[in-house]
Amino acid sequence: MGCTAQDVIAALRAGAAVVADHRDELVELDRVIGDADHGENMDRGFRAVASKLDTAAPETPGAVLKQVATTLISTVGGASGPLYGTAFLRAASAVGDATELDGMAVAAALQSGLEGVVARGRAEPGDKTMVDALVPAVDAATAAAAEGAGPDRVLAVAAAAARTGAESTEPLVARKGRASYLGERSAGHVDPGARSTALLLSAFAESRS
Amino acid sequence: MGVGLVVVSHSERLAAGVAELAAQMAPDVVVLPAGGLAGGALGTDFDKVSAALSDADSGSGVVLLYDLGSAQMTAELAVETLGDPTRAIVADAPLVEGAVAAAVEAQGGKDLDAVARAAVAAGVGSDIEQAAPAGETITEELELRNEVGLHARPAALLARSLAGLQADVRVRLGDAEADAASVLGLMGLGARKGDRVTLVASGADAGEAVRRVLELVEGNFGE
Repeated sequence: MGCTAQDVIAALRAGAAVVADHRDELVELDRVIGDADHGENMDRGFRAVASKLDTAAPETPGAVLKQVATTLISTVGGASGPLYGTAFLRAASAVGDATELDGMAVAAALQSGLEGVVARGRAEPGDKTMVDALVPAVDAATAAAAEGAGPDRVLAVAAAAARTGAESTEPLVARKGRASYLGERSAGHVDPGARSTALLLSAFAESRS
Repeated sequence: MGVGLVVVSHSERLAAGVAELAAQMAPDVVVLPAGGLAGGALGTDFDKVSAALSDADSGSGVVLLYDLGSAQMTAELAVETLGDPTRAIVADAPLVEGAVAAAVEAQGGKDLDAVARAAVAAGVGSDIEQAAPAGETITEELELRNEVGLHARPAALLARSLAGLQADVRVRLGDAEADAASVLGLMGLGARKGDRVTLVASGADAGEAVRRVLELVEGNFGE
């Protein structure tokens, strides 16, 4: 079964709900190694995404992703605004104007999103950023899609890999963003951006089951 | 109209302050602040940056300067989403020095690339020595009679007066020396009213350079 605009909208609503549920956790993660605004920024952004979808629901998956991108860019405020905004913008270009996405298209969208984040933030794996969750997610998604998995399975393996990837950021020393100013003191906590990426992918995957 | 500047900061007041400082050096350059979130909170606002980017462009393009990481990302995203991304450059430069250097360069009528390069070069520091151009060397001693000495506006006037000349011009005060093309270098000398500075000019246009500086000093920098 393919992934339609309605499915993408359902996934994003699930994403908005999970971000709201984990708002305080993200604030706390960011408080110890950043500026404590990640939970608040993401919640504000995804609330805006959900409310925008109430008033204007585009008709293709790509158009939905593009609307999400512009909403996040304009409402998030912190570094995650341009990063998530770029990810959704590139994912939107990757899927073009297809009306339904198969597993390969979902994997390609994730891949383009990752490339956008890397280009925008110039982070590499091991820098203790959302890239540490996205790289394993994209690898797992691409492998599953290559074996013929549909969108549900592709998102499920991506979400599982992202969770493991996010957890792997705990011992790392941050080399990007505000946390990098803390040096060694940034070790011992999961990166908030990697955590929110894993949360979102899990919500997207669960919205399909 | 010349190249415009946009100052992107997490702080509304920081952006406004940098824009004010840079604009003082370059009265004809459009320098727009894009700082903080709507309502004054700290953060970078994509819509604000995009609006400033479009307002600062009079046709010659815009150079954007930023403070911290996400300001850079927001600035780059604003450029990427322009109809024509080649009309703007996000300069990887120190915010204050870069904005001032870019403003002075833009005031001199330079193009987009040159203004962006001036901003970036402001962060490189003085460890890059330029080879002295060939030609005569002229040394001239001058007394500063204007009220504020070589402070911001006179320093900018002096640096700007040398734009386009084939000359290496140094200004000495006691043991300190500054490149006359560097506004911040000149300000760093701390030369005040009544101080005697030495001008050392070399290169093909050394004579013209000295003549221009003398004219400024004798006219008390228009004060």
